[in-house]
Amino acid sequence: MPSRPALRRAIIAVPFFAAIGLAASLDRDVDAASADAARPGFRLTDETAQAGLRFMHRRPALDRRIANVEPHVAAVGAGVAVTDFDADGWPDLYFTNSRFGESNGLYRNRSDGTFEDVTAGSGLADLNRPGEGVSMGSVWGDFDNDGREDVLVYRYGYLSLFRNVDGRRFEDVTQQAGLRRWINSNGAIWLDYDRDGLLDLYVTAYFRDDVDLWNLTTTRIMHNSFEFATNGGRNALFRNLGDGRFEDVTERTGVGSTRWTLAAGAADFNEDGWPDIYLANDYGPEELYLNDGGRRFTLTTAGLESESKSGMSVTIGDAFNRGRLDVFITNISARGYLFQNNNLRLNQLNERQRFTNVADATVADAGWAWGAQFGDLNNDGTSELFVANGFISADRSKSYWYSMSKISGANRNLFEDAASWPAFDDASLSGYERSRVYLNGGLGGWTDVAQAVGVNDLYDGRAVALADLSNRGALDVVVANQNQPALLYRNYPDTSNHWIAFTLTGTRSNRSAIGAEVVVESGDLTQRRVVDGGMGFASQNDRRPHFGLGARDRVDRVVIHWPSGIDQVLRNPIVDQYHVVIEPKR
Amino acid sequence: MTNAIASPRTSELRWWSHTRLDPRYLIAFLITLVLVVAQLRYHMVGGYERLAVALLTCTAVEALLSWFVRGRVVNLLSAYISGISLTLLIKPQGAVLWPFVLGGFLAIASKYVLQYRNNHLWNPTNFAISALLLTAPNRISVLSHQWGNDLVTNLVIWAFGLVIAARVRVLHITLTYVVSFLVLNGLRSVMLGQPVMPEIAPTTGPMYQLFIFFMITDPRTIVRDRRWQVVVAILVALTETVIRFASDQAWPLPVAFNVAPAFLALAIVGPIAKWIDLHRAPARRAE
Repeated sequence: MPSRPALRRAIIAVPFFAAIGLAASLDRDVDAASADAARPGFRLTDETAQAGLRFMHRRPALDRRIANVEPHVAAVGAGVAVTDFDADGWPDLYFTNSRFGESNGLYRNRSDGTFEDVTAGSGLADLNRPGEGVSMGSVWGDFDNDGREDVLVYRYGYLSLFRNVDGRRFEDVTQQAGLRRWINSNGAIWLDYDRDGLLDLYVTAYFRDDVDLWNLTTTRIMHNSFEFATNGGRNALFRNLGDGRFEDVTERTGVGSTRWTLAAGAADFNEDGWPDIYLANDYGPEELYLNDGGRRFTLTTAGLESESKSGMSVTIGDAFNRGRLDVFITNISARGYLFQNNNLRLNQLNERQRFTNVADATVADAGWAWGAQFGDLNNDGTSELFVANGFISADRSKSYWYSMSKISGANRNLFEDAASWPAFDDASLSGYERSRVYLNGGLGGWTDVAQAVGVNDLYDGRAVALADLSNRGALDVVVANQNQPALLYRNYPDTSNHWIAFTLTGTRSNRSAIGAEVVVESGDLTQRRVVDGGMGFASQNDRRPHFGLGARDRVDRVVIHWPSGIDQVLRNPIVDQYHVVIEPKR
Repeated sequence: MTNAIASPRTSELRWWSHTRLDPRYLIAFLITLVLVVAQLRYHMVGGYERLAVALLTCTAVEALLSWFVRGRVVNLLSAYISGISLTLLIKPQGAVLWPFVLGGFLAIASKYVLQYRNNHLWNPTNFAISALLLTAPNRISVLSHQWGNDLVTNLVIWAFGLVIAARVRVLHITLTYVVSFLVLNGLRSVMLGQPVMPEIAPTTGPMYQLFIFFMITDPRTIVRDRRWQVVVAILVALTETVIRFASDQAWPLPVAFNVAPAFLALAIVGPIAKWIDLHRAPARRAE
């Protein structure tokens, strides 16, 4: 007969083994279950070929001294930006390429659902050349306020600024602008930080500026920490002087982070009237630079320092219709190996002087996540999230994660030297991951409905841009994939929902209206959007703020906060259409 | 990780009585210090609620189960150490807290369920983490922070660890394992034609430091004889090398073996060695 303690231990064994079973039960893939349960209210259809988009991104080939890690170092560069470069009212697209000799792609919207490749002769094709570097992305804005959209192409190499000459051709004005600077950049944004009506430029830097990835003098080019690296290139802020020249004001304004920044976004997070800068840093914590009256910026912690991760993308939006601008930052999750978890930062700056991460398990783990965008894809009045995923898709049977787990735990002296890394060869690293489309359930959490709405591709997604390509009140999705073809997902939302959108033109503010914030009030619904000067990862959205309204067929009030400081109020604008709004001159 | 206080009357722990300060308190103090420094400098906890949940679960379960089985509540220092260990090592998907609840429960309950001759066989933290990694790899991983990959931090932890190991008289286990790891994995890398440095690099990571200074040396789950302790440490390193070789060859192992080969090696070798040790022990040691 068992002793009393033995019997009691046997009793304990029941919940003990039940706990093990419970852990296994909780391990089930919740994504698959929730996809069927959701009724997303929209479909996304791959209409890339029908639209005539045949853009193929090619990754760069680098110095053979770092051939062992080339798949990793060369795993970026697929960027996409939405712009109306010919000012015909229809959004066009510009894709970047990243191999010497490969052309970037400028696609004009024919307004019939198709695009025309107009790269040749535009002056924006041949930007990937030895000695100049390769394109990583672009950002569009009317820096000279002449009514035509200009473009900055950032590269692993020299910056290139192009002035839009006539809506067809672009002139390289980099030298005259004083922007001929080698910056290994993965991102740039336009913002008017001093509110003088001129678009300024913030450029992020990844590798150090003295690193030429094709002519290396050393292989000690990698980060000095996987979590607190500070040896990246120095970000730069260029002030627009208004005469076609830009002045480097990085030191004066205090925004020269060297934290391997991959993406930046600007908005007035603390609602003091001045645009702030939010950074997603690889190998380090996010950073928020609060604008101090247009004179300089102050780096503030705001609760961001507590989680050091691998920030890839800065996405700004009103996640829960609070009339506040929140931030979504993508990170890396690889099941079994690493859960850095994406961050959904609720803006509580005014109440608690901080952002609060409210990402639930579903939205936190999108895989190796890159570009992401908020957008009301079903026009129901809440923003969805589209997240592109996947890092390196090579041999499916080989994973670099095991090697990564070794190197990432090492001392900095080892992994700072690229030559010390185990060779990638043809191994995958979080490859063949599908994009996520998160349906916003408010307090009920987020549901991944990607497969239910038709997003099934397994490309290595990088940049994501949302745009109403057919001016019909539906946000389509464009994804630039690394070393793979770009995709256009045409959006077909349920037609029962209403919407409203705005085309803004600044007068006292910059003409592109970048940084303007639009607040729509419709009954119990309040939403805020910011006009995009570059957002996500290597991407820029349609700059026309779009709002879904659900069943609401009336908008009570629209308030436009122009960068100049003017607040403009529209009362009872008609729904289901675009409104062209010119900034009043006061 | 080191849980040396569940049965302080056990004979193999009598050497504690020769020292002025009970090493258990030193262990608890130092692991707390590691936690505090790591959090203040590197924000590695990922949320104080994780620490609270893990500590509360471990101590509550220890109190409840010890009262249920033994009729009295034992010293909760062991549960405290387990709680901190789990907080340091478990990294969950999103902000979920259930891994800390289940991990805490499994760690403490394993001491009461998985016994032989009134001794538990697994280091509690080692068992809990291994079990969670094997059963819930889609929701749980292990320590991904590297404490800045910083040499100074590494030196500090090594210094602390060596002091603890020497004080607890298990330094020979730590050193045997480290030397065995370096030799065996150096040979493995040569055999596979891979660079040596990345293969031995994990020893500079905090997960390994916690493993070699706190987990593999747990006085409660090591074998008694000093020579056999050395043999077991070599066997753990050898098993880990085999697991790593299997990962090199992309054998279809559960991902837990790739991400935490040392933990799995100890989870395999440790209880077998302990069982044999207890089996060979004089009958008076049996319940």
